[in-house]
Amino acid sequence: MTTTSLTSSRGAGRAGDKVFSGATLAAGCLILAVLFGVALFLVVQAFPALTASPDLIKGGEGFFAYIWPIVIGTLIAATIALVIATPIAIGVAMFISHFAPRQLASGLGYVVDLLAAIPSVVYGAWGAAFLAKEISPAYNWLASNMGWLPIFQGPASATGKTILTAGIVLAVMILPIITSLTREIFLQTPKLHEEASLALGATRWEMIKMAVLPFARPGIISAVMLGLGRALGETMAVALVLSSGALTASLIQTGNQTIAAEIALNFPEASGLQVSTLIAAGLVLFVITLGVNMIARWIIGRHKEFSGAN
Amino acid sequence: MSKRIDVKDLNVYYGKFLAVEDVNINIDAKSVTAFIGPSGCGKSTFLRTLNRMHEVIPGARVEGEVLLDGDNLYGPGVDPVTVRSQIGMVFQRPNPFPTMSIRDNVLAGVKLNNQKISKGEADALVERSLRGANLWNEVKDRLAKPGSGLSGGQQQRLCIARAIAVEPQVILMDEPCSALDPISTLAIEDLINELKDQYTVVIVTHNMQQAARVSEKTAFFNIAGTGKPGKLIEYGDTHTIFSNPTEKATEDYVSGRFG
Amino acid sequence: MTATMTPVKKRSALTKGQLPKWAPYVVLGLALILSAAIMALIGFNAFGWGILTAILFTAGLVGWSAAAEGGRKAKDKLATCLVVGSFLVALLPLISVIWTVLVNGLPGLTDPGFLSTSMNGVTGAFDNKTVEEGAPVVGGIYHALIGTLLITAVATVISVPVGLLTAIYLVEYGNDRPLARSITFFVDVMTGIPSIVAGLFAAAFFFAVVGPGTKTGAVAAVALSVLMIPVVVRSSEEMLKIVPNELREAAYALGVRKWRTILKVVIPTAISGIASGVTLAIARVIGETAPILVTAGFATSINYNVFSGWMASLPTFIYTQILNPTSPSNPDPSSMRAWGAALVLIILVMLLNLIARLIARMFAPKTGR
Repeated sequence: MTTTSLTSSRGAGRAGDKVFSGATLAAGCLILAVLFGVALFLVVQAFPALTASPDLIKGGEGFFAYIWPIVIGTLIAATIALVIATPIAIGVAMFISHFAPRQLASGLGYVVDLLAAIPSVVYGAWGAAFLAKEISPAYNWLASNMGWLPIFQGPASATGKTILTAGIVLAVMILPIITSLTREIFLQTPKLHEEASLALGATRWEMIKMAVLPFARPGIISAVMLGLGRALGETMAVALVLSSGALTASLIQTGNQTIAAEIALNFPEASGLQVSTLIAAGLVLFVITLGVNMIARWIIGRHKEFSGAN
Repeated sequence: MSKRIDVKDLNVYYGKFLAVEDVNINIDAKSVTAFIGPSGCGKSTFLRTLNRMHEVIPGARVEGEVLLDGDNLYGPGVDPVTVRSQIGMVFQRPNPFPTMSIRDNVLAGVKLNNQKISKGEADALVERSLRGANLWNEVKDRLAKPGSGLSGGQQQRLCIARAIAVEPQVILMDEPCSALDPISTLAIEDLINELKDQYTVVIVTHNMQQAARVSEKTAFFNIAGTGKPGKLIEYGDTHTIFSNPTEKATEDYVSGRFG
Repeated sequence: MTATMTPVKKRSALTKGQLPKWAPYVVLGLALILSAAIMALIGFNAFGWGILTAILFTAGLVGWSAAAEGGRKAKDKLATCLVVGSFLVALLPLISVIWTVLVNGLPGLTDPGFLSTSMNGVTGAFDNKTVEEGAPVVGGIYHALIGTLLITAVATVISVPVGLLTAIYLVEYGNDRPLARSITFFVDVMTGIPSIVAGLFAAAFFFAVVGPGTKTGAVAAVALSVLMIPVVVRSSEEMLKIVPNELREAAYALGVRKWRTILKVVIPTAISGIASGVTLAIARVIGETAPILVTAGFATSINYNVFSGWMASLPTFIYTQILNPTSPSNPDPSSMRAWGAALVLIILVMLLNLIARLIARMFAPKTGR
């Protein structure tokens, strides 16, 4: 091959391009490796607990007898959080996107984001020191007036440190997540659809029912799923607020426990097989949240125009 | 420091779609050649293949040869980066680097390639390039200001200065005036007339009067219909293309009957 | 006054059958008074007053609207009340949390030596003395502050290069290839990893590689990186995507190589957004408790070495001071220290948020277009 003016390469040569693109590729693969590693190391370290003889596991009846009450507890806490947070979050998102004056809207969005900025341990401390105390009269009232419902069966906890309180704190923590995602998709409603329904003489609420909500439904569902993922894995709010115990149906008595709080409370002093047991519990939590998040992302992925940036 | 371009049997594809079919064209050194034709006829796509800028678009590829004074742009071992430093390009919308001053914009081609250059040489290069782009007198007092503070026409001339600062053989211009007002357009056209003393200039334009004003040769591209490839219909002296074209389609287009 | 002017009293046909503009204010006033009266009967408290007023206001306005304007308008009013109400409800915890932390945290923060001493040698005896004899509260958060800053700094040093390079891969080299799409998907999945699982992963990893029971600041930093990397990737990716393609093309057309184009043109253009995103990511992980709890242990003394020995941090300090007070019989001084630390932590996080916003605003490239 003859050398022409075009084949004589100059300056910072092709090597730089190769090295740089290689580095970015390596970083991307590292992330995949880390996620794979998370699963792998959790499985390896959890293995002893899954195979150990049942009487060595905390509770003495094997890993599954140990894990299922706290899985149920985790689901109860997350459900309470979702039931409380979802309607409020949708309301707040709607307020910011369609009701608040234009000039205020971004400022109000920032205020809601502040809720997300507060560290979880502070929420836990707030829930334990302030909310539990303030809310316990309400629990007494529920126990004496609605005690016939299993979930409000008395006697109510005197300290207010119950799974319902923990659920309320969780609701506050996932509120900004659901709000910001929902707000984003509300703002993406095609303006033409909104104007079309307004031009037909619809009131604001009818416009929202006709144009905004049908458009936003998949986005809202995935936002709620992401909130659920966060509520399932949140540790501090439960570890500090709940005085844990055996599984019980009543939400206003002490009792119940979540996986994350169980790990946080016991891991620092754990050794030997107990470490494995707790890591196995973490693995269970990982699988549950992974499933929830993947479903949420799948819903988002089907509606490409919506970017779940948070 | 100006070279001729000869294109042989060039096909351009986007993935499987044939965008431009079978172009043969010889572009003389130190001349202005205009590409005209209706929207979507592939003239901009073809222009990009002359300095391998089409490779930036995923899936775009070419078959055939583009010879720069006899050296094939698509020959084995040819680095697109080297090609682009010899064949510069000016785009439709002025695009000075927003993070750089006017001076740094002019020096961008040199500095970004990490070439060492003394301050004296750099000053001389900046002045030479800006004078070459007829911009020196307007900006000599504010070389340290951001380039994005200039007017649209000034920005476009800054982009031309940036292109000639790397001392290319050929300058490609992709509708350089379509985002500018008439006065700025006039300034650019004057500049093109001066540039041809030193460079080979190829310009894509939608504006037939502009092609008639600035170019010596004109190539007319057309497309048979949507989904069909663009083709070079006729190529010749600008005067001939506009007054006495051979092809019926060319005549229809230049007389304003379609397009 | 001429005869051509319309009589003042006549209402426009367009406003017929509509509630007058002052209607909501009247209803609000009545609701306030009525609920105050009811609260006075059953024992007054401000919270109950607010709730009752809101309920009465909604019922009153919707009822009036239904009577005067018909069902459609009434439904619209009801929806408006509910939406505004949910926003007000959402504000309650925010105000309450900030108020609680301020009230409880200020005494701790203003305690002399709080920011400059550690808990080294502080035992329950000191706290008992504080409560029983009124001696000043001793001990502080210096060790925890140092720990938090060091652990977060190491996590940032790990996360920013990995996250930024990945974002560059996705935007500049990925071209929507299967690998790029799977990275995007798994980065999204990673944002949902519970923080305690990230901590367990780091712990499990170091237990397997270094030895069982390895707990240092570096382990905690790895745990935080797992949480931080996806945030950095997503925000940097967004920022790189909005850099106009024209700038890349301009650089390529000057014969500049791709990697130099990215380093010298694309990144400088997006740098303010990237920096702001990184700051927000730091703000997010600096308050994480659970991962540090399982990876760095609890220290009461100052440790500047992230690679050996247990390390304290502000969040775990708050957690332990509340759950296991230094003096179990007199938890008040511990609780005071915990709230003081919480106040410091919130100030840190808010500062980082503010800085992020300032960076985004001040260093945005001046496009002039």
